Amino acid sequence: MIRMRNISWRFLSVWQRNLIVYRKIWKVNFMVPLLEPAFYILAFGLGFQGLVTNLSYGGQALTYTQFMAPALIGISIMYNSFFETTYASFVRMYYQKTFDGMMTTPLSLEEIILAEIVWSATKAAAAAAIMLLVLGLFGFVVFPSGLLVIPLAFLGGLAFGSIGMFFTGITPSIDMFNLPIFLFITPMFLFSGTFFPVAGLPVWAQSAALAFPLYHLVELTRLFCLGRVETSPLLSLSYLVLFTLCFLFLALTTMRRRLVK
Amino acid sequence: MTVSGAATDPIILAENLCKQYDGFTAVDSISFDVQPGECFGLLGPNGAGKTSAIRMIYGFAPVSGGRLRVFGLDIETEWRQIRSRIGVCQQDNTLDPDLSVLQNLLVFAGYFRIPARKARQRAEELLHFFALEKKIEAKVGELSGGLARRLTLARALINDPELIILDEPTTGLDPQSRHQLWERLQHLRTLGKTFMLTTHYMEEAAQLCDRLMIMDHGKILIQGTPTGLIGEHIGTSIIEVGGAGPELRQFLVDRSIGFDQMGERLIVYSNGDSTVEQAIRTTFRPEQCTFRSATLEDVFLRLTGRELRE
Repeated sequence: MIRMRNISWRFLSVWQRNLIVYRKIWKVNFMVPLLEPAFYILAFGLGFQGLVTNLSYGGQALTYTQFMAPALIGISIMYNSFFETTYASFVRMYYQKTFDGMMTTPLSLEEIILAEIVWSATKAAAAAAIMLLVLGLFGFVVFPSGLLVIPLAFLGGLAFGSIGMFFTGITPSIDMFNLPIFLFITPMFLFSGTFFPVAGLPVWAQSAALAFPLYHLVELTRLFCLGRVETSPLLSLSYLVLFTLCFLFLALTTMRRRLVK
Repeated sequence: MTVSGAATDPIILAENLCKQYDGFTAVDSISFDVQPGECFGLLGPNGAGKTSAIRMIYGFAPVSGGRLRVFGLDIETEWRQIRSRIGVCQQDNTLDPDLSVLQNLLVFAGYFRIPARKARQRAEELLHFFALEKKIEAKVGELSGGLARRLTLARALINDPELIILDEPTTGLDPQSRHQLWERLQHLRTLGKTFMLTTHYMEEAAQLCDRLMIMDHGKILIQGTPTGLIGEHIGTSIIEVGGAGPELRQFLVDRSIGFDQMGERLIVYSNGDSTVEQAIRTTFRPEQCTFRSATLEDVFLRLTGRELRE
């Protein structure tokens, strides 16, 4: 049972704890979103540019790098938040017993879990902001609409942070995270209109992609970066919000079951 | 059993308190109270239900049955208020390894919503009190067991709690660290703080606790003052006899003097009976024989049995 009255702004003190730790190694934390898009653009962009010539998305022709660049941000949002609430949260919960210590203070379990998820979204938004800067310099982002990717990254971070925390709530051990990564994250990484347009797939595969939260996140990233989209943005936004609420609820429920005995 | 009949409310009041985990009863209807300014000990072998009982008091584990009041408040509904007035030193090391010594205190103060300036001042006082000033920038992982435990206790005091809960505070510490911690706890006692602690060390309980209870299999076996319990259950003195033959045992049975067999040794609860002492010395002439005063450890072992647990 989740108790709504157990949730207050106190959760920000846990969020702040994670920020303090993050800032200690901010150079390393910034390096990845700074260099990763550059590597991808170089490898896939330059490498595939000649192979993929007539790419059409949302009814218009795009170069392969133009098509792929916004998806890189979407993927990074997913990885940043999902890995934060799986491996990183699991280490804090299980090995470091950080949550146990917090639960001797006036913090509720709900606040601790919510703070972890909000933190993962913050981290995703920070990474997205840095990537926007890099990809903007390459000329792959239209401003100012591109700036909307930052709040979008926060929403996407909440979505993947929540489902990550849900897996943390049910995983028997840290090694078992391989399972959701192999069965859920990797297929999404490949088949969410990230590296090729979904419109080119058979109809059944197109409908399957619609169920992927990353597909909707990438669609919206492309909308804000390029001004183009192949599905309804409102549908994608609603899907992400519903997905977040659903897994936020499940994350809080499973973590309560796991930690309160 | 309670000494105090004062008008003040008890700090902790437990009535028929129960804790069950999936059908297993860890705490089986225990009743006790802890008075203001008192140091109350909770003793028992591993798996006796000590930690389960203590976790209910700070609202970490929900109460399965009975009534539990802390500061006269209901832990079920007013847990936030209760936790803001207590300090907890858990059995596991829950210090934050991602943070420095000082940050551990400041971040923890944030969980209590203590304003930054006040938190800083309080942290510095506590680091001084526990002689941790030199380690202020150290990482928690670099601290020795004794230092880590002192920091845990400092952290538990960050909110200036009225009640301090200590779950095996000195387990795994060397004698120097243990004595230093006891000395700090004694000092805190003079400030009028109330303590509830669990321990395996009878010496610790005898030194620190005004009253204590011994639990086993989720139930309270006895409660009272350390000296009172020794007098009541053991008496004044003990004779430990090594390599005793069946004649001595028969002699003790005939005179209905209590004893326990522990391997080769016989623990005789002679209670200052000089005729027994004389008889053992002269008639039976055992290989080894120690005459000593009774301790809390004798009470504990006599009540909870001498066989190994778990």
